Amino acid sequence: MKYFRLVLANLGRHKLRSILTIASVALALFLFASLRSVVTTMAAAAQFGGARRLVTLNATGLVFPLPLAYGNRIKALPGVTGLSWANWFGGRYGDGKNFFANFAVDAQSYLELYPEIVMPADQKQAFLQDRTGAIIGERLIHDFGWKLGQNVTLQGTIFQGDWTFTIDGVYHPTDPAIGDNVLIFHHDYFDERIGRAGIAGWYIVEIDDPSHAPQIAKAIDDMFRNSSSPTKTGTEREFQASFATMWGNVSFLMSTIGLAVVFAILLVTANAMMMSARERTGEIAVLKTVGFSDRLLFALVMVEAGALALTGAAIGLGGAKLLYPAINFNGAGFLPGFKVATSTLIIGALVAVGLMLASGLVPALRAARLPIVQALRKVE
Amino acid sequence: MIPIAYNVRSVVQRPVSTALTALGVGLVVAVFIGMLALANGFSAALAKTGSKQNVIVLRKGADSELSSGLGRDVSSIIAADPHVATGADNRPLVSPEVYVLVPLAKSFDTTQIANVVARGISDQAWQVRNNIKITEGQRPASGRAEVCVGSRLTSRFPHTGIGQSIRFAGRDWTVTCHFTAAGSAFESEIWGENEQFMPVFRGEVFQSITFRLKDPAAFEEAQRALQADKRMTVDAHRESDFYAQQSQLLGRILSFLAIMITTIMAVGAVFGAINTMYAAIASRAPEIGVLLTLGFRPWTVLVSFLAESAFIAVIGGILGCFFALPLNGIVTSTTNWSSFSEVAFSFRVTPLLLFVGLVFAVAMGVVGGFFPALRAARLQVVQALR
Repeated sequence: MKYFRLVLANLGRHKLRSILTIASVALALFLFASLRSVVTTMAAAAQFGGARRLVTLNATGLVFPLPLAYGNRIKALPGVTGLSWANWFGGRYGDGKNFFANFAVDAQSYLELYPEIVMPADQKQAFLQDRTGAIIGERLIHDFGWKLGQNVTLQGTIFQGDWTFTIDGVYHPTDPAIGDNVLIFHHDYFDERIGRAGIAGWYIVEIDDPSHAPQIAKAIDDMFRNSSSPTKTGTEREFQASFATMWGNVSFLMSTIGLAVVFAILLVTANAMMMSARERTGEIAVLKTVGFSDRLLFALVMVEAGALALTGAAIGLGGAKLLYPAINFNGAGFLPGFKVATSTLIIGALVAVGLMLASGLVPALRAARLPIVQALRKVE
Repeated sequence: MIPIAYNVRSVVQRPVSTALTALGVGLVVAVFIGMLALANGFSAALAKTGSKQNVIVLRKGADSELSSGLGRDVSSIIAADPHVATGADNRPLVSPEVYVLVPLAKSFDTTQIANVVARGISDQAWQVRNNIKITEGQRPASGRAEVCVGSRLTSRFPHTGIGQSIRFAGRDWTVTCHFTAAGSAFESEIWGENEQFMPVFRGEVFQSITFRLKDPAAFEEAQRALQADKRMTVDAHRESDFYAQQSQLLGRILSFLAIMITTIMAVGAVFGAINTMYAAIASRAPEIGVLLTLGFRPWTVLVSFLAESAFIAVIGGILGCFFALPLNGIVTSTTNWSSFSEVAFSFRVTPLLLFVGLVFAVAMGVVGGFFPALRAARLQVVQALR
């Protein structure tokens, strides 16, 4: 501990240099943490899904609806314990610049199947009893400054006209993948306004045991195989994962960029640290003369490099960890539940240790092996 | 002035340090060019999709083809419109189209599903869209379950070879030809006859109607006439504007990412460059003292060191360009969230982009070298020479 002051004094001698080094390490690791979090958040979203929930879609494609009459037939299958349905609405609010998801659901059964949607009991009751009511995720309150009980008008893009809903409740999702920027309203009201077309965009099927999922999914699809609208049923997780794969190789790009970033900045930083160590040849010779052992000098130089790298890493990683929740970041709605994972912090810390070794090892070895006489000759 | 040769030789004197700094700058420039090339490629693919001479008609309020729907009556009203150009056979150049997304499994991993656009077109579509070229095979015959596949799909999806058949909407469709469309988003689509697609998808309804303008300058007039027509409720867009707007959301996200990531990277790299230059100057204090003693003015020392820093950065910039060049033409794909369809496009590294990358490198060098160079210029001769 008694050498602590020595290390500190060494770092403080070129204050600007130390600050710049720390800052560039911090920036590198901040970027690394941000980019890796995009990847981990997307992976986490793909993992979402209740094990007991299946999703049934029209086999022709996402945009084709299913007859509402399928509901009762699915419900009658053995192993099915609950059923709800929903339809994408795609309404636009205001100038449409702030996009958010909105869809119609069979409210009672939907809220039963999704315990992840949490809201006060009185608001839930109000919504269930209000045919033109809607519930919204808490983020929309902040984004648009809406209030509970207010009327909100959406313009239909698929289903024409102005649709006005009363905000009866504000929910909080316990699983970030549910999304806190969604507006949900009654399917019955939707169906009535489009002239009782009797369509559902997708069914959510609750089953008794996750291990029965493949059989039940097959039973549903077999039942409708030769009908006008064949279905495709899979677990909710598969459904979510299919959305994640739509990004294509974005996550690969992100991780490549992340690596390039870290590598680039570390190169420059390691170089600067090595150059500054080289200047101190004379000083190290003096320390040796005074009686500092080779081993101690090696350690001192390494500690100095480590102090720079680890301080920078702490600022960069800590900054990322604190900043994103503070600004409630969700990537313009594309990255719900954006989070800097613990694994990211650990990898970041390892990168910092790597930097310490890369930048400290050469100068530290030089310091330890320095022949005194030769070194002192240069000092004059 | 201090000869540039002095700086060049000094740089060569410390090869490792120069190489590391240049490599760092090079990687920053490479990421910068690469990300902009991606954003560029995406926007270019969609911008090229639309033609200035064409008008696309959607149902009023629909923001994409997917959410639109138009009846046959609308299609006949538009076919009779005086603003529509006519082809060699005197028929109006109008293509009422069915636009749907079909889920197809990808070649390399059949568990990955992409939403591919299936477009049901009229016979005139091949003339309305003048950038379409059939590279292989024959156009689908009318009345048969045949399709023509865009060239960007053939390598990524199975069963897209000529004579093979793809299955969607519960039917098998024989592939009779492949087409290119000058790199535009059409190349990621499957085209078939609208009358064949209608019954298997959404019934008697078109999603969009595209026609060629008789006089491209008269777009506003045509738009006003169509939108004022009481027999239908439609929006008319210039086709080029429509596709440019479809690319806006994702294009903006990509450019924003490019700029944010490279700004942070650049700041980090500049900090590193400042350190390197300070260290370089500190170790060369006696040299600078000699220069000043010889009578070189302090400002020439400043310029000289700035030039040195810029020189290292330019080496880095050139390296970066070389790193980024192989990206050119690489095909990648993502979902265009405005239309919910998968679009394939290639990275586009343009000469302009390379030039911007070089300028960016020089800027990093000058900014990073300024304060160290200032210190060099302000050195006291006596102290420096000690």
